[in-house]
Amino acid sequence: MLSAKNRLGLVFFPAFDWAISYSHPEREERLLYTQDQIFEEGIQDIDNINFYNPTVASIKDVQRVHFCVPDVDLRVTKSHLISAGGAIKAAHMVIDKEVDKAFALIRPPGHHAQRVVYGDRGFCIINIEAVMLENIRAKLNPCRVAIVDTDCHHGDGTQDIYWNDRDTLFISFHQDGRTLYPGTGFLDEFGGPGALGYNINIPLPPGTGDAGFLYVLDNLVLPILSEYKPDLIVNSAGQDNHYTDPLTNMNFSAQGYAELNHKLNPDIAVLEGGYSIEGALPYVNLGIILAMAGLDYSKVQEPDFNIQNVEQTMEITDYIKRLCEKIYKHWKQRDRLARDLRKGKDYIIRQRQVYYDTDSIMEYQTQKFKVCYKCSGVNTIQSDSDKGMPILAVTIPRDACPSCIDEGYKIFKEANSQKYCYIYLQDKVNDEYLDKQF
Amino acid sequence: MIIGLDMGGTHVDAVLIHQGEIIEAIKSPTDRTNLLDSVWVPLKLLLSKAKTSQIERIILSTTISTNAIIEQKTDPVGMIIECGPGLQNDFLCCGRENIFISGYIDHRGREIRSFDNSEIEHAIKTFKHVEIPSVAITGKFSIRNPEHEIKIHETLKDEFSFITLGHTLSGKLNFPRRVFTSYYNSAVSSTFHRFSKSIHEALQREKINAPIFVLKADGGTMSLKTGDKSPVQTILSGPAASIMGGQAFLSTTKDAVFLDIGGTTTDISFLADGAPLFEPLGINIGAFPTLVRALYSVSMGVGGDSKVTVKDKKLVIGPVRQGAPKALGGPCPTPTDAMIVLNLINIGDRHKAITAMEEIGKPLDLDPKVAAKTVLNTMANMIKNQIEKLLDNINSHPVYTVKELLYGKKIKPEFIQVIGGPAKAMASILAETLDLPCWYPKAYEAANAVGAALARTTAEITMFVDTAQGTLSVPEVGLHDKVSQGYSLEESKLYALALIKQQSLLFGAKEDEIEAEIIEESSFNIVRGFYTSGKNLRIRAQTKPGLIFQLRSDKNVVC
Ligand SMILES: [Zn+2]
Ligand SMILES: [Zn+2]
Repeated sequence: MLSAKNRLGLVFFPAFDWAISYSHPEREERLLYTQDQIFEEGIQDIDNINFYNPTVASIKDVQRVHFCVPDVDLRVTKSHLISAGGAIKAAHMVIDKEVDKAFALIRPPGHHAQRVVYGDRGFCIINIEAVMLENIRAKLNPCRVAIVDTDCHHGDGTQDIYWNDRDTLFISFHQDGRTLYPGTGFLDEFGGPGALGYNINIPLPPGTGDAGFLYVLDNLVLPILSEYKPDLIVNSAGQDNHYTDPLTNMNFSAQGYAELNHKLNPDIAVLEGGYSIEGALPYVNLGIILAMAGLDYSKVQEPDFNIQNVEQTMEITDYIKRLCEKIYKHWKQRDRLARDLRKGKDYIIRQRQVYYDTDSIMEYQTQKFKVCYKCSGVNTIQSDSDKGMPILAVTIPRDACPSCIDEGYKIFKEANSQKYCYIYLQDKVNDEYLDKQF
Repeated sequence: MIIGLDMGGTHVDAVLIHQGEIIEAIKSPTDRTNLLDSVWVPLKLLLSKAKTSQIERIILSTTISTNAIIEQKTDPVGMIIECGPGLQNDFLCCGRENIFISGYIDHRGREIRSFDNSEIEHAIKTFKHVEIPSVAITGKFSIRNPEHEIKIHETLKDEFSFITLGHTLSGKLNFPRRVFTSYYNSAVSSTFHRFSKSIHEALQREKINAPIFVLKADGGTMSLKTGDKSPVQTILSGPAASIMGGQAFLSTTKDAVFLDIGGTTTDISFLADGAPLFEPLGINIGAFPTLVRALYSVSMGVGGDSKVTVKDKKLVIGPVRQGAPKALGGPCPTPTDAMIVLNLINIGDRHKAITAMEEIGKPLDLDPKVAAKTVLNTMANMIKNQIEKLLDNINSHPVYTVKELLYGKKIKPEFIQVIGGPAKAMASILAETLDLPCWYPKAYEAANAVGAALARTTAEITMFVDTAQGTLSVPEVGLHDKVSQGYSLEESKLYALALIKQQSLLFGAKEDEIEAEIIEESSFNIVRGFYTSGKNLRIRAQTKPGLIFQLRSDKNVVC
């Protein structure tokens, strides 16, 4: 029988009894054909590949990442906790060295879920990678992590969560926000004052093919990773760059995805989007599994594959080359850019609107980051939505200095109770979460 | 009257049952060089005790196919394998010749690419050139659409003596296992056929017309004739015979551990709500895993005749058996010697047993009695640890729905049932060690033969309906049909039940003993472009392994 070079743990949980609604892309059937393919290929009989059930993430796990309005119980279902728990299970197995690598094939996805959660956006309610990461960091600190988001949509939730955290390098490949939901993910979204440069967006033109994706990987992502030297690489593995995906306009193939994972060599992969459930997912997932296991994936191919599916124009090739140069230069200048940004400022303010497409909610936020030279700085989010429920959320970062800790608790205590329905405090130093209701 | 016979590696057990009672039980040695006689000698002996006209049925659990595989005395097989894209495929080369062809069926059973007829011509030539008699044809996703396998069969059916089509053996998804199962089926076909023919002729000579069945690894029977077509289903039926035997002595609706302690090994299996557990996919044999449906049973290298030694002041039991216990003239101390010293059994030379326990006790500073007790406690602890490990594994088996993950069944044994030679001697020690009631049947030594005798016919089918494409397939019965767009889950289930009954009758079941049931059902909306275009229905139906009746003796014990 076959034996995998790497010990690979698969948390495969298709949640066949859960859907957003019966015809929604995020429905029971989504991983059905993937399951058929994986079972028929006999993956469970390959030595060194083992299947595991998810655990169920706890309320506390969610609170390390999110401010759910009004609370976790009301916003988050068991299915979401299981999806995040699947990612947690994958990470635990890697950290405990039970396996060399792990792939969580779980749903629903999470990379559009931001720090504040008023509802469902982009089929996501909680950010499963972030919930996973903060769970292991509660035990394993420090831990430098690079999250490489290969979903076709900008990972705006993950960006928001790690905006000001230089221990988490976030790199997102995606179809240019001018042409696709959520409409963000541009070069100038480069991180907060405590982590400028550690949020890297790579907006790719519609029609980018295998060559383009692999060019970005070889010439931008891998060099940055080798300089950043993460302890852990996580692939936020959306599969909607596939040429058959109904929601997007890219030309990436199963071979391309496998090659990307082979080169990126992630410790953990977590399934995100991907809605070509019949023509892409079975083959992309198989390709990723084989690549992570260190097995030959050269024979993985879609039934309708044709070389024209993955071709890109010369213009795109040139555009991507210039884009990569520009972003790399930007990265190299990050320390100077950060100095310039902070110079003479006590706080950096960021105004944002966040639209929850799945639940049709508009949220208005003001994020305020303290410029602190001893730590990444205490920060707050004042937020309100068109459905009401204004909140104030305070975050004391993991590396907070004593004065930032004190300031965080002071804001929480003294906040004007007239203005808010809820006030939250996330103290990452002491792993505490407090809330007040008015 | 019913005759049940179970052939093991070292001996053959056979029983004659009449009106719910064992009226004769015999044990004879297995002659590995003459398996046919090993069956025929005890069978003939039992037949002589009954009136030929009174024999209602004969059930055989044999190691004919198993031995052929283990001892590599199988026929060379020509493999025709249709892979399509996916894993690399050289690891599938299990035949003497392996021809990979270019066709391809996808996961929904759609033909993506047809194979080339010249590839089949080439295969025929290649196989003929090296005088290969048997062929197996297997395609990826052939259970979703068997047309390629069937077409290839049409082309070469007159050229070879035995041909296996992969989709007929199991409806489960697992292409490599399908390849290996098909291979084994063709590889053991002539061996099994020779056996079935001889038995058939021998019984005819004795003027016995009773139906003859063979036991399968899933604890069910099939007619000898069906066995000729899928002999691979008869491999490793021994554990199934024992488990079904256990059921014959005791009916329960509880979770339980079932132990069969033999000379060399202990087989562990479990009952969930009273029903024996299945292997999730199929049994492993020789170098390959298969899709042969089987009752779950794990063997560990500890038994009554295991070699006992002391290493670094620690007792080591097994995994080898070096011969008989010392009390019976064997070369080294064994758990059986310990049982003799403790007066748990009364066989052999007691003095020799005491010498054996002195040998064990000396380096441990224990007197023979304490040493004997320590040996049996150690053995029970080894069994306990293995049971716990297996249960952990079973209870964390992958599940795929939120409901199962949160509320799924976890097996928690409430008692132990033990059979086999040392059963009686070990019962109280096991009860103490595992802290569970432990029960052994009176006829614990012949349980396996009883299991074979009373097992019912079983069958399983897998139905796959795709109303978007208008297709329905049931690989095990070779069905690949059209259905209407509106075909419903209810209709599918009724059809599946009808088919499983048909299949069971074909396998030799009696109409009134068929207990058909749906064991899995799921219905998915197939949505394309935000509109529902059809339904994907998946149904599994079976006739449950069970007994034609329970034994009368011990019937007062109901757990
Ligand atoms: Zn996406
Ligand atoms: Zn500070």
